[in-house]
Amino acid sequence: MNYTDKAKGIENQIDIPNSDKVAISMQNVSIKYNSQTAVKNVFCDIPKGKVTALIGPSGCGKSTILRAINRMNDLISGCSLTGKILFDGYDLYNKQIDPVEVRRRIGMVFQQPNPFPKTIYENIAFGARINGFTGNMDELVANSLKRAALWGECKDKLKESGYSLSGGQQQRLCIARTIAIEPEVILMDEPCSALDPISTLKIEETMHELKKNYTLIIVTHNMQQALRVSDYTAFFNAEKIDSSKSGKVGYLVEFNQTNKIFNSPKQKVTKDYITGKFG
Amino acid sequence: MKNISKKQKSKYENLYYHPYKKNNIKDKLLTSISILFSTIAILPLVLVLAYILIKGGSLLSYDLLTNLPEPPGDDIISAGGIGNAIIGTLIITIIATFISVPIGIGGGIYLAEYSKGALFSKFIRFGTNVLSGVPSIIAGVFIYGIIVYTKIIFGSNFSAIAGGMALSILMIPTVIKTTDEGLKLVSQELRKGALGVGASKFVTITQITLPAAINPIATGILLAIARAAGETAPLIFTALFSFYWSSSPQSILEPIASLSVLIYNFAIEPYKAQNELAWAASFILVLLLLFLNILSKWLSKRTNLET
Ligand SMILES: Nc1ncnc2c1ncn2[C@@H]1O[C@H](COP(=O)(O)OP(=O)(O)OP(=O)(O)O)[C@@H](O)[C@H]1O
Ligand SMILES: [Mg+2]
Repeated sequence: MNYTDKAKGIENQIDIPNSDKVAISMQNVSIKYNSQTAVKNVFCDIPKGKVTALIGPSGCGKSTILRAINRMNDLISGCSLTGKILFDGYDLYNKQIDPVEVRRRIGMVFQQPNPFPKTIYENIAFGARINGFTGNMDELVANSLKRAALWGECKDKLKESGYSLSGGQQQRLCIARTIAIEPEVILMDEPCSALDPISTLKIEETMHELKKNYTLIIVTHNMQQALRVSDYTAFFNAEKIDSSKSGKVGYLVEFNQTNKIFNSPKQKVTKDYITGKFG
Repeated sequence: MKNISKKQKSKYENLYYHPYKKNNIKDKLLTSISILFSTIAILPLVLVLAYILIKGGSLLSYDLLTNLPEPPGDDIISAGGIGNAIIGTLIITIIATFISVPIGIGGGIYLAEYSKGALFSKFIRFGTNVLSGVPSIIAGVFIYGIIVYTKIIFGSNFSAIAGGMALSILMIPTVIKTTDEGLKLVSQELRKGALGVGASKFVTITQITLPAAINPIATGILLAIARAAGETAPLIFTALFSFYWSSSPQSILEPIASLSVLIYNFAIEPYKAQNELAWAASFILVLLLLFLNILSKWLSKRTNLET
């Protein structure tokens, strides 16, 4: 399927030709904070089982879009969304949808590592337990830690506080605890921005590992990282819209396979951005 | 060194401390004055503590702690002990804690986690502030009016329960406020983390946010207890006093002794024995309050270390 057509913001209903290949479909999504529009008219089909990177200059609405996917924006009063986000055939913003269930199936890792003030073991067991996990907890904890590439470093200190880990380890702990609830999609908002290059590489390895089973959507400011880990890239930009007297409004410029975005972008702004002419 | 001119030399000297320079004299004067005033301010506290510790502490004995007090005038030499008053203060305080902690924490959770700055929550916050400034005797008169006078609780009038209720009115604002503020200190990231792994709001609050704020909340509860345990006025109107043990469960429906009311009753008696008992009770009460305050200090210090 041709993603770029949709990325340009064609407003008719887009039918998904091969529905099991699309994990999340955004259809004319616009998001406002109070009366201020943050992002406008986003059409984008995020493929299943791949890593999709969201890139773009600061303030163009990457985090806003990412939070919209698992209803995290509900926490921000004054934030409203129009358009549709489809996941597994459901419109996530339908009134009947339970945001708690959405977040269970679409997990999120945040920019700053935010482990719970509990032991490493409990950090991972917590999410699983509240979601009704009844299997072997020790096994789940071990498996999650292994998949987050943290097992070797903390298998001997599972009973210590999550805060006793380094920043990079904490972030991997947060990834592990997200894996433990077995979501279908994992969202990561600049997961490596607080980390050193070595921890960053470790987390990137983790991402490669994860995409075998999950759909990953990551926000990153690091082009190299987008190139290294992602299969698809969505480039967002923010522009002043004449009709509104408010500030800049974000929009999706181009969405395509990562190598196409980086090697032969269709839009000039994309090219300017990835070659470092602005941003 | 020789070639430093006179002018330069005086410039160098200016870097030395001159005790008689105008600014330095002023500085010293102000420092001494503030030390003096703070000493005067702290003096009553130290004197009261010392006086009570000396006067009451010397009377301490096993009998004093385990015997019942004797009505004034019965026995000139001995006034018995304060055993039932110690137990009574504990019982009333426990009742007050059981009433005020759930209400206070519940209210604090509502303010910090659920309300969105709406009119209702502003009203509650304002009400809490007003309530925390209400003189304790008002709380006593209020409970006297709606509980004691009407005999609404199983037909009993003065009772431990009524006393506990009066004290809980004094405790609730403190518990609400510290819970509210304690929860607000918990980082938003932690809440997001919990919601991000699919926790409901209820689970997030009970299992993540509240435990993270437990130290400031516990500190607030302890301070509230410390304030309530020493109150006299509300108890005179509600719990009254008793010369007997409150041993059976039903006795929470009957008048009950307490340290503060014992002090109030006996300190003004013309008998020396009763006066001494009042001193001993003061000693125990002060010790209890000191302990609670130190405990809360320790708790809040631990909070600061953790964050
Ligand atoms: N909680 C909020 N309340 C009001 N406005 C917000 C809020 N969060 C974001 N915005 C606004 O929405 C716009 C997009 O912000 P967003 O955080 O999504 O940008 P971003 O692309 O993630 O930027 P960055 O790369 O710096 O993280 C910005 O103009 C910002 O001011
Ligand atoms: Mg962002």
